[in-house]
Amino acid sequence: MRVALFVACYNDLLYPQVGRAVVRLLRRLGQPVEFPPGQTCCGQMHFNTGYREACVPLVQGFVRVFAGYDAVVTPSSSCASMVRHYHATVAREAADAGTDPSLPARVAEVAPRVYELSEFLVDVLGVTDVGARFPHTVAFHPTCHSRRLLGVGDRPERLLAAVDGLTLVDMPHAETCCGFGGTFAVKNADTSVAMGLDKVADVLASGAEVLTASDTSCLMHIGGLLSRRGAPVRVMHMAEILAGPEDGG
Amino acid sequence: MNGPVSRHPGDARAEILERLRAALADRPPVPDVPRAYRRAPEHGVDVVALFASQVADYRATVHRTDPGGVARVISDVLEARGARRVVVPAGMPDAWLRDARVERLTDDPPLASATLDGADAVVTGCALAIAETGTIVLDGGPGQGRRALSLVPDVHLCVVEAGRIVGTVPEAIAALRPVRPLTWISGPSATSDIELNRVEGVHGPRTLHVVIVEETPGA
Amino acid sequence: MTAPDRELQPLAPQPLAPPEPGARGRAGRPFEPIPTYAGTPPFPRAARAALADTRLRANLQRATATIRAKRARAVAERDDWEALRLAGAAIKNEVLHDLPALLVQLERAVTDAGGTVHWARDAAEANAIVTRIVREHGATEVVKVKSMATEEIELNEALAEAGIAAWETDLAELIVQLGHDLPSHILVPAIHRNRAEIREIFRREMALAGRPAPDDLSDEPRELAEAARLHLREKFLRARVAVSGANFAIAETGTIAVVESEGNGRMCLTLPEVLITVMGIEKLLPRWQDLEVFLQLLPRSATAERMNPYTSMWTGVTPGDGPQAFHLVLLDNGRSDVLSDPVGRQALRCIRCSACLNVCPVYERVGGRAYGSVYPGPIGAILTPQLRGIVRHPVDAQTASLPYASSLCGACFEVCPVRIDIPGVLVHLRAQVVRQHPMGPHVPEPDELVLGVASWVMERPRRLSIAERAAGLAGRVVARRGGRIGALRGPWPVSAWFGERDLPAPARESFRAWWRRVGRGGAGSTPSGQERSRQGRAPEDAP
Repeated sequence: MRVALFVACYNDLLYPQVGRAVVRLLRRLGQPVEFPPGQTCCGQMHFNTGYREACVPLVQGFVRVFAGYDAVVTPSSSCASMVRHYHATVAREAADAGTDPSLPARVAEVAPRVYELSEFLVDVLGVTDVGARFPHTVAFHPTCHSRRLLGVGDRPERLLAAVDGLTLVDMPHAETCCGFGGTFAVKNADTSVAMGLDKVADVLASGAEVLTASDTSCLMHIGGLLSRRGAPVRVMHMAEILAGPEDGG
Repeated sequence: MNGPVSRHPGDARAEILERLRAALADRPPVPDVPRAYRRAPEHGVDVVALFASQVADYRATVHRTDPGGVARVISDVLEARGARRVVVPAGMPDAWLRDARVERLTDDPPLASATLDGADAVVTGCALAIAETGTIVLDGGPGQGRRALSLVPDVHLCVVEAGRIVGTVPEAIAALRPVRPLTWISGPSATSDIELNRVEGVHGPRTLHVVIVEETPGA
Repeated sequence: MTAPDRELQPLAPQPLAPPEPGARGRAGRPFEPIPTYAGTPPFPRAARAALADTRLRANLQRATATIRAKRARAVAERDDWEALRLAGAAIKNEVLHDLPALLVQLERAVTDAGGTVHWARDAAEANAIVTRIVREHGATEVVKVKSMATEEIELNEALAEAGIAAWETDLAELIVQLGHDLPSHILVPAIHRNRAEIREIFRREMALAGRPAPDDLSDEPRELAEAARLHLREKFLRARVAVSGANFAIAETGTIAVVESEGNGRMCLTLPEVLITVMGIEKLLPRWQDLEVFLQLLPRSATAERMNPYTSMWTGVTPGDGPQAFHLVLLDNGRSDVLSDPVGRQALRCIRCSACLNVCPVYERVGGRAYGSVYPGPIGAILTPQLRGIVRHPVDAQTASLPYASSLCGACFEVCPVRIDIPGVLVHLRAQVVRQHPMGPHVPEPDELVLGVASWVMERPRRLSIAERAAGLAGRVVARRGGRIGALRGPWPVSAWFGERDLPAPARESFRAWWRRVGRGGAGSTPSGQERSRQGRAPEDAP
């Protein structure tokens, strides 16, 4: 099985440790993974802000780079939902406009093979216990796109529950949006921050040492609020917990 | 959303229909409706018992009796409420009010609204009742009267014969035809307008008594 | 104590001495001006003001948390909920896709049953029709059942200009009307008011509009409801004309259904001689049978009840029972525009249950008035721009801000009883907003500029790689110890992010650079020592 990693542009730049963790985890599970260097961005930020035309080259690039792989795994459920739900919309509009008549067919080929990390581990590799150890109390934030758009269900919690030493604690209002919302975070910054601060209060109420999720983007927002307030809670992508520390432990 | 005064005085009907036809130029298909929802009550459900519990859940007072006990229950309720002037719709079985020592207000000629407002209670039958939702339905048939009669007095006493209880909303819709006005009643008047908490008692009858009549009354 | 001038004025003319149409009141004003949404600033600014109102936020949070939990329980009772949603969505699609024929069918059925049908292209036409009917019957006041359609066309204002007093009889609408206020929720327009505020409004205003509130009125909801009962009863008993909306209209039979809780609807629909119902043309259902779906979907979604206390259904005029004249006003007012957009038209499936408002994390924090429309919340964010004609022409800045008033979390779709893909329509409308920028050279919007640069960079991996190195350098200039960028001033979006949030500095070594260096080899996955210290310590390393 040829598997490609789609790392997502903001992980590439701001959170490279998340990409490294996915590579480390998959290799430990015996699954080789490639990083096609031609990859950039799924186009979600543009699409969700209304800049549809700007998405077309990004979607074209995506299908070009990831065509031919059996599976594409990404540590971003938000990007996975963009690819699986909306690349087809972008492609249809490009075809209707006559810019790229065959784009819908190419998208239909690639998009269904894109998996968020927990989907890939549970559904494709068939594992829930990845052999990790993490002796800490952890709160899990079920991000909106993972739950509502992708429908990952309880896969992330099952993976986390199988981690040796990890104590998963309940967080109040866990299913409520953290307020990130892509460009919403800056176009409606006050509302975004108000939502985020309520989430911060819930995180602190949970008593967890670590907050984790399947989206670094939400964690960037919640973590940025926690950090500004000097809160002693660390945010980590789920992949980092499942992969274990970098020095091979 | 306040448009300007219509600039084209012409025929509003024709213009709206024309706009709508133009809006549907893409000819979207008219779908078949999937009706996979439940039509009958869940298997083994006692609809009379379910009706009684659902009505009670919405703060109506439920009484269960046999046909011979209806008059007694009605007179007891009216007496307990101190009701002296009671509205009685045409077509109500005489036997129901046999024991009640009250002034009966009949609607022939039609009672003035102010008279209705001065009545202490109204007694009616019903067209049917729905177990799953605890609903009684009035259709203006015998023993029910026009809609105002069961609305203005503050106490409504409704007699529900067990045979009129259906299980579900789809069963009720199938049994009803809207040739006459219908009133669906699920508990006493209520509002959730203050902090979204339900409070019983606003404009409709603040007290609802439901008398279920069956050959062998349940608990 | 000197009361403000406003408190000396009744809300509307005293019904016993109505002024001539167009007459001036004592203070030279026709009536107390009725507030409108006009002048609401774009959503981000309106939201900022609302967020600063701590009492508003507390009221909203308490009310929406209550109804969310109750709705979840009411829906969980039905194992066929999803089947009901699918049926509801399909029936409403059938209505929309066959609307012209179904409207004609409804018109015939209502007419055959003794009613009169009127068609109104816009708000002004609908208001003129209602005003004319009220005048023809010589009435100077009407009692009203809560109706979004009449809110939308601002009927009360139009009637007031014609010297006709419109009394709202729904408790929440009464609170809004007496409080000289604007509705902030579709189902519970006074959701932003708590019991103490309601008590104050009743004590201050009821006497000016009719029967006063009792002197010893407390803030117990039961007592407040009792005060409303007494205040409105005299109006119900004397009113000759009622105005209502419609929850459903059955094309097959001409039957209209109004779903309510308090009994004010039954009063209005039963006691007056004349009934005028104003309904949006999309409120149709094809068949009588279809009610079996919607009378299950609506109560559980709206007030979280198995069934609402009262539902009234009538067909035309019934001799000897209720109003002997019935007028049905079919309102377009932008709906045909909404219908013309194949993606956006699903907003017309809405049955005004408000479930999407109650679960929306944005609505919960800013309330309804920040949306500047009678339709707030997620459904308002997709309906208002479309009703205001976004499909045909550029819209004003406030309207254009509405599709962005969402984090796209999707909670609204999850609860929508007719499965409107609100997030999908929001992003669709955002694309319309973007397309409506004037063609040709113009000063770009800040987000256009930022996203334009971003897409230029993202189109080529090589550009991205260079940008990453540049960002890495720049980030370290502004980063504090621990590799975080703290409070930072600058133009939007820098200011917007860093006002309250930190950000990690861009990595010294991006993922792609790491992959190029060691990753593909598959040997070590450890970054350089510097890189590790930049990330801070893992809990693993904690002392």
